[in-house]
Amino acid sequence: MPNPTIKVTATETMAIGVERDVIHLTAYVRMQAVLIGMSVLNQTKLITAASELARNMLNYANGGNVTIDLMHRDKQTGIRLIFADKGPGIADIELAMQDEYSTGSGMGLGLPGARRLVSEFSIESTVGQGTTVTIIKWTNG
Amino acid sequence: MERIPILKMGRFLLVTIQVDLYDRLALDLEANIIGAITKNNASGVLIDISAVSIVDSFMGRILSNIASMARVLDAETVVVGMQPAVAITLVELGLPLKGVYTALNVEKGMELLRSKTLSDDAESDD
Repeated sequence: MPNPTIKVTATETMAIGVERDVIHLTAYVRMQAVLIGMSVLNQTKLITAASELARNMLNYANGGNVTIDLMHRDKQTGIRLIFADKGPGIADIELAMQDEYSTGSGMGLGLPGARRLVSEFSIESTVGQGTTVTIIKWTNG
Repeated sequence: MERIPILKMGRFLLVTIQVDLYDRLALDLEANIIGAITKNNASGVLIDISAVSIVDSFMGRILSNIASMARVLDAETVVVGMQPAVAITLVELGLPLKGVYTALNVEKGMELLRSKTLSDDAESDD
């Protein structure tokens, strides 16, 4: 759900289709996080969450697109990442958000783990149409 | 073709991961470490991840896999040099790193490996 008070100052979209794209994505996000002065700890949390979510897209939806937004809201600056795929969708989001729940070969940490690492997390999914996960990490949050 | 070097140090193998791993590279690394344990009759594997900036559940699984496979071949695995930010992130992510010993640095990791494998030697001498 777009928040009207969010101002996006720069945006970039990257396709995630193969394993190596995940590394390119995390390298790019790291670079942007450094540019806006995010601490090393917050950088690490953000790129780890990004890596989890991008791998999720590869594993469950055959890839998708990630939008990277530099943005600010009130006096906060941060990075917003939107992971959009056209995969099978998630029938029971509540279940998918539980720890140790996984339908794939992973450790079942992808979604709940990523949520713990970021400032804001939202997920929308329609079975048969795809899933969109949005995360925000504030520079000081 | 990228390849992560595996160095032999006495009874132990030293592996320094300096790039972010992707599937192919990780699978090759698993296979190469297992091959090197067998070939060198190694009793321990020291993995230095001080240059690794992301340990996500994929990387965690690779480290756990290596430790499990090594254990089947009677070798212990110690992961050393984890960056503080990576350690904090790992805990918040909820990654268990099953079967993997950790130490602060290479020196402490070698001590840990020696103590782990020496007690094994003592037991087998009985």
